[in-house]
Amino acid sequence: MLSEYLPILLLFVIASAFAVGSLVVSSLVGPRAPNPTKLAAYESGNEPLADVKGTRFSVKFYMVAMLFLIFDIEAVFLYPWAVVLRELGWFGLVNMTVFVLVLGVAFVYEIGRGGLEWD
Amino acid sequence: MDQPLWVPIFQTLVVFVYFLLVTAVLIWAERRVVARMQHRVGPNRVGPFGALQTLVDGAKMFFKEDPTPGMVNNPVYTIAPLVGVIAGFLSIAVIPLGFDVTLFGETFPLVVADLNVGVLWILAMGSIHVYSVFLAGWSSNSPYPLLGGIRSSAQMVSYEIAQGLAVASVVVYAGSLRISDIIAGQQTSTLIEGMPGWYAIPLFPAFLVFVIGMVAEAGRPPFDLAEAEGELVGGFHTEYSGMRFGMFMLAEFMNVVTMSAIVVTLFLGGPNGPTFGLPDAIAWVLPILWFSLKMIGFIFFFILLRGALPRYRYDRLMSLGWKVLIPIALVWVLVTAGFVLLAEEGIATTVRLVLAGAAGLLVLALLVTAGPARLAGASDRPKRAPIPTPAPDRAPASRHVERDREEVAP
Repeated sequence: MLSEYLPILLLFVIASAFAVGSLVVSSLVGPRAPNPTKLAAYESGNEPLADVKGTRFSVKFYMVAMLFLIFDIEAVFLYPWAVVLRELGWFGLVNMTVFVLVLGVAFVYEIGRGGLEWD
Repeated sequence: MDQPLWVPIFQTLVVFVYFLLVTAVLIWAERRVVARMQHRVGPNRVGPFGALQTLVDGAKMFFKEDPTPGMVNNPVYTIAPLVGVIAGFLSIAVIPLGFDVTLFGETFPLVVADLNVGVLWILAMGSIHVYSVFLAGWSSNSPYPLLGGIRSSAQMVSYEIAQGLAVASVVVYAGSLRISDIIAGQQTSTLIEGMPGWYAIPLFPAFLVFVIGMVAEAGRPPFDLAEAEGELVGGFHTEYSGMRFGMFMLAEFMNVVTMSAIVVTLFLGGPNGPTFGLPDAIAWVLPILWFSLKMIGFIFFFILLRGALPRYRYDRLMSLGWKVLIPIALVWVLVTAGFVLLAEEGIATTVRLVLAGAAGLLVLALLVTAGPARLAGASDRPKRAPIPTPAPDRAPASRHVERDREEVAP
């Protein structure tokens, strides 16, 4: 069973060797001439203002993250259901429809309250 | 395993080299095609038609300085591009390039591993790619990369759901998560006799959602919001240079290739195609050819999109993903499930065709009523009352009155 994953491990090793090897070779043969400007944060040519810890971003991203979690879990429920749908029959379809509708109502409410407006 | 050890090594190397080569060709082809679309010539010096340009550029990248800026969070800063590239390579593990090949007395399929959870593997590796983007943005400790990283990861997770739900209809239709089952299910059509049974036809809405989603997932124009130069400089990889930047570029182009390979496998029959009754000794080449041709078609589609379309606006991107693609994909999963169950009960083909058409119309109607035009319009309108302009002679008027006034004025 697990032997199926052996070639994937092999691919992982090859891909890692390729990626890490490129970085190593580049750091060996590449020039090295650091100066304070190169090592500073890029802020369109201005003096770097402040620590990035003060940078704020919109709360909408948290909303997207939470919705993502809900829908990703929904997708996770959908896959096993999809595989055994033929055995479950109409009973399975009705159940899944109810499940999707429950989430759908909340989703429509979320959109209606403007939770996904970006302004 | 009863096979000698060289077989898995050979399989893996073939797939790895194949996708690396296609990526190199893609980078060259993109520069040539976009150049043609802009009335330029493009790279034409190195090799025939400049085809070796990618190789030379890659070699050049080794000799570039790769400074590590002082403020970055170093182990994470270096690991982030590696995560992207390795996840990109791993996601092709379950994609078959062709059917069984017999070499030196061993018969094996041209796929790294035909897992029983193949579809989940593809989606999982796509999710890991988000880590690369977000960690790069976060570990740079610099304003532009942080904003770009957050934006891109929000975009990628949103479209990942749309894609995942579109793939769920494929799983419903095929009844299996194994990629070889999905390809076998597309061999012959159950709807129209003698046609290839590509899932793109019965699952057309899901196919559309997947194609739009894959462009957004790969961060390609018109959805390359990560690299909106005017707003975010380079997005999450602003602080990167040298080979570590090269890794991000490689991961982006790899993503185009893998996404094309995935859509061909899930919706367009993968290596299925006519073999013209050729003897087995030659016939094994044809599936590889069909797969490559279909994949190149999608790669070309990506390039044309880049040459033809301007960048989307971020709020519209999120609207499209959440309010159009996800509902369509979700509805279509249930509609597909209904069809599958009807087919199980042996309802005739014509009836299913009619039902398919009716359901398609239903989704279209949904699209028109709650569709992109209205949603985009809704997000354009300011929700709060606009700040009144300090013009004393103008009463606070609605937009219609203002428009009338403009029409009257010469």
